[in-house]
Amino acid sequence: MATLKVNGETVTVEVEDDTPLLWVIREQLGLTGTKYGCGIAQCGTCTVHVDGFAIRSCTYPVGALSGEEEITTIEGLSDDASHPVQEAWAELDIPQCGYCQPGMIMAVAGMLNNNPNPTDEDIDAEITNICRCGTLARVRKGIKRAVEKS
Amino acid sequence: MADTGLLSRRGFIVGTGATGLTIGILASCSPSATEPDAPDYSDLPPNPEVNAWVHIDHDDTVTIRIARSEMGQGTLTGLAQLVADELDADWDKVTTEYPTPGQNLARERVWRDFSTGGSQGIRGSQDYVREGAAAAKAMLIEAAANEWGVPASECTSADSIITHASSGQTTTYGKVANAAAQLAPPLEVAVKDPSEWKIIGQPKKRLDTAEKLVGKQVYGADVQLDGMLNASIKQAPKIGASLKSFDAAAVESMPGVKKVVSLRNPFGEGENAVAVIADTWWRANQALNALPVEWEGGVDFSTAEFEAELDDGLTAEDAFVGNAGGDVAGAFENAAQVIEATYNMPFQNHACMEPMNTTALYTEDKCEIWCPTQNGEAALAAVSEASGLPIEQCEVYKIHLGGGFGRRGAPDYVQQAVMLAMEMPGTPVKLLWSREEDMIHGFFHPTTKGRVRGALDADGNLTGLHLRISGQSILAALIPQALRDGVDYATFQGLLPSGVDPRLEDQTMKYTFDNFLIDHAMRNPPVRPGFWRGVNLNQNAIYLECFMDELAFAAGRDPLEFRMAHLKDSPEAAAVLQAVADRSGWGQDDGIARGLCVMHGFGAYVAACAEVTVSDDGALKIDRIIAATDPGHAVNPQQIEAQVEGSFVYGLSAMLYGEITFENGEVQEQNFDTFNSMRIAAMPEVETIITPPQKPPDGIMIVSTSGIAAIRMELKGLSSMGSLRCSMVKSRLKMARSR
Repeated sequence: MATLKVNGETVTVEVEDDTPLLWVIREQLGLTGTKYGCGIAQCGTCTVHVDGFAIRSCTYPVGALSGEEEITTIEGLSDDASHPVQEAWAELDIPQCGYCQPGMIMAVAGMLNNNPNPTDEDIDAEITNICRCGTLARVRKGIKRAVEKS
Repeated sequence: MADTGLLSRRGFIVGTGATGLTIGILASCSPSATEPDAPDYSDLPPNPEVNAWVHIDHDDTVTIRIARSEMGQGTLTGLAQLVADELDADWDKVTTEYPTPGQNLARERVWRDFSTGGSQGIRGSQDYVREGAAAAKAMLIEAAANEWGVPASECTSADSIITHASSGQTTTYGKVANAAAQLAPPLEVAVKDPSEWKIIGQPKKRLDTAEKLVGKQVYGADVQLDGMLNASIKQAPKIGASLKSFDAAAVESMPGVKKVVSLRNPFGEGENAVAVIADTWWRANQALNALPVEWEGGVDFSTAEFEAELDDGLTAEDAFVGNAGGDVAGAFENAAQVIEATYNMPFQNHACMEPMNTTALYTEDKCEIWCPTQNGEAALAAVSEASGLPIEQCEVYKIHLGGGFGRRGAPDYVQQAVMLAMEMPGTPVKLLWSREEDMIHGFFHPTTKGRVRGALDADGNLTGLHLRISGQSILAALIPQALRDGVDYATFQGLLPSGVDPRLEDQTMKYTFDNFLIDHAMRNPPVRPGFWRGVNLNQNAIYLECFMDELAFAAGRDPLEFRMAHLKDSPEAAAVLQAVADRSGWGQDDGIARGLCVMHGFGAYVAACAEVTVSDDGALKIDRIIAATDPGHAVNPQQIEAQVEGSFVYGLSAMLYGEITFENGEVQEQNFDTFNSMRIAAMPEVETIITPPQKPPDGIMIVSTSGIAAIRMELKGLSSMGSLRCSMVKSRLKMARSR
C-alpha cells in the first residue's frame, strides 16, 4: 500500500513497496504517457518530476516516497500542451516515433525548472535521454526555443 | 484506486472508428473539436466512404486511410499529403486512420501492401494512392455536377470546395460525399503534374505530433483492455537452446501471478521460452525473474572466434561476384602503388525504444491482436498460424510503433502473444518483452568485414579496385528463396551494376572504374540476422568511401577531386557531392578537418561532409555534418531533414558505441548500459540540403519521408575519417589534420 500525490491528486494504491514508481504510474494509475525503456535508469523514457526535479521512475521504488512529494507526469505537465517545452516541441515538430518524447520533455522541463537558462554544456550534462529515431539535433533547438518562451 | 481522469482511456479501443467501418484505432488525432456555431449533423447517418482511400464526413473532415505503418519516419503524414493534394482537400481538415489487415483481405487487398520497410512506404505506393485520391475527387465533382445539372467538366475543386463558376454555385465535399459514394468509380483517372502540387512538397507539420507531446499517443506497450492480464517472457538465452525444465510452483504464489507457462519456439522445434501471466507486468516480470528455469542444448557461438572465419573470407579463392569490369588482375600487376585496408561492421541490435509487444485476445472462434508491426499482413498470417484459426477469423489492429528500424517486420512476438492468449481464452493478454529480452533476441544487423585493395599508377590514378566483403547474408537466413544461384545480391546494396535485378536497380554504384571487382565470400554465423535501418548500404559505404579517401591520400590528391574523376557518368551523384563540398567550405585553409562521402541507394543520391575535431587527449568530436540528398520529388522537406538528422544518430551510435557480441552462444550486451546509444552531448549540428529533382515527372521516385529513405548516408558522413571503429577514426583524423 502506498499513498502518492500525482498531478495534484492524492491516490492510494495496493502495491509492493519495491515496485518502481514507473509501474505504479502506468499500471495502477493508468497514466501510460510515462514509458518503459530500459528499467535501469539508462534511457530516460520514464522521466517524471518529483517536487519539480526530473527523476527516472523505473528505478525509483514507490516505498521511498513519503506521500507528500508532488509527482508530475507528462499528463500533468500542463492542461493543454501549453508548457513552453511542449510549445517549442510543437513548433519544431520534434517527435518522430515519439516514444521517448514524454521522458525527453519531462527531462528538459525539469532542467529548466532549476536552470532556466542552460548553456550548451548544461544541456550536454543534464539531458542524457536516448532517442533511437534521432531527434537530438532538434531537441537542442527545442530547448533553446523553450528558454525563449519561458 | 484514484480517479485521475485518465483511467477512462481504458477501453479506448473500439470496434468502430470515425468512419463507421470496423476500423481499429484512429491513427492520429482528429481535427479540432466542433466549433460552437458548427451545424449539428448528429441526426444524419454517417457518410459512407467515397472509396477505399477517402472518407469525408458531413462536417468536411477528410479521413485518409493509411495502409503503411507509422514508426516515426513520417510516412503517415507523407502519404496523407499525397492523397490530400490529389483530392484537392482542405489540409486543415485532414485526419488519418489505419485500415486493418483483415479488412484488406476481405476487400481483395484494396489497400495493397501493408509492409513498411526498405524505403517503400511512400515510394512503393505513391502511384496508386494518388490515383485513388484522383478517383475520389472525380466522384465528388460528378456528384455535385449531377445535383446542379451541369457538366462535371465545368466544375472545379479546391480546399474541399467544388465550384461551378458560371452559375456561381458552390458546395463542399462533405455535402456530396454520400452521393459520390453511390457513383461508379471512373475507369481512368489522371493524376496531377508535379507543377500543380500544392500540398506535396510542402514542409507540413506531422499529423501525429500533438498527442505525442502530452502522453496521449498510445503505443502497443500502452494498450489497455478491460480485464486484460500482462505477461513477461524469458526465451532461451543461448542460440538454439531449448527449455529443459522450470518450477512453476516456486512462483505461483507470488503477488498477482495467474499462470506460469512454457511456449513453443515460433521458428523451430520444441519449447524455447517460459512466461508468467499476472495482473500487472511488473508482477509478471518479478515472478519471471524468480522462476527457476533450466535450458539445454544450443550452439557455443563466439564472435571472437568467428572473426577467424571472416578473415578467411577476406582472402578466400571462392566468392560471389556482385560487380566487375575490365582487367583487375592486370591492373594490380602493373600498379605503381598498391594500397590495402580492412574494415569491419559488428552485429547491431535495432534497439527500438519501445520493446517488442503485442496484446492478444483469443476465443475458440476468433483471435485478435493489437500490435505495433511493420508488416500487418504478415502479422495476420502469424495470428492464424499460431492460433490454428482460419485467417478470416483473425484480425490485427495496428498501432503506432515506438520505433521499428526493420525489427518489427518479424512476427516472433506476435506468435508468442497469441500462444499466451490461448492459455487464457476470453481474456486479453499483453505480452511485453523486457529490454533485456529485446537485446538478446534481436534480428541482428549482420557482421561483415571489408578488405579493399587499390592499384594506383605513377600519376596517382586509380587503375584497379578490389572490394571483398566477407560475412553474413541476410537473405540466406531469412529469405533463401531470394538467393539467385546462391548469390545474395542485396549484400551489394549501393555497389551493384545496372541490370542485375529490377528490384535492385535502386541500389547501383555510381562510380565508374576501369578495372574492378566487388565480391562476397559468404560466411554465415548461427545468428539470426535482420534488416536494420539502411541494411547493407551502411557498411558498403564505409568500405568503399573510407577507401576512396585512403586512395586519395596515397595518390596525393584532393579527396573531392579524386571522387569526381570517377563520377563523370553520374551527374546526380556528382551534384550532391559538390553541394556538400560547397556548403562546407571544402578546400579552404581554415584548419577544419573535413571528410567526404557519396553514395546511391534506395533510389536516392546522398553525400555528406563531416567536420570534426580531436582534442589534445584524443577525444573525437563531430562538430557538424552537411548532408545532401536527392530523393527525386521531396514530399515533405522538413521530414526529410528530420530523417537525415535522425539517421546520423542511429548510424553514429553504431559506429561509436554499438556492438553485440556473443560468448558461449549468448549475447553479452543486454541493455543500454553496454549497448550505448548517442546522447545529445555527442550530437553534431546537421545541415541538410535537398537538391532539386533531376528526373522528369514520368520517372519520379518519391522517397521522402519513407523511413529509410534518407538513412543511407548515416555512417558515411564519417567514412572518410577512416574506419567504423573509433580508434581508427582518430588515427585518420590526425592524418587529416596534418595535411
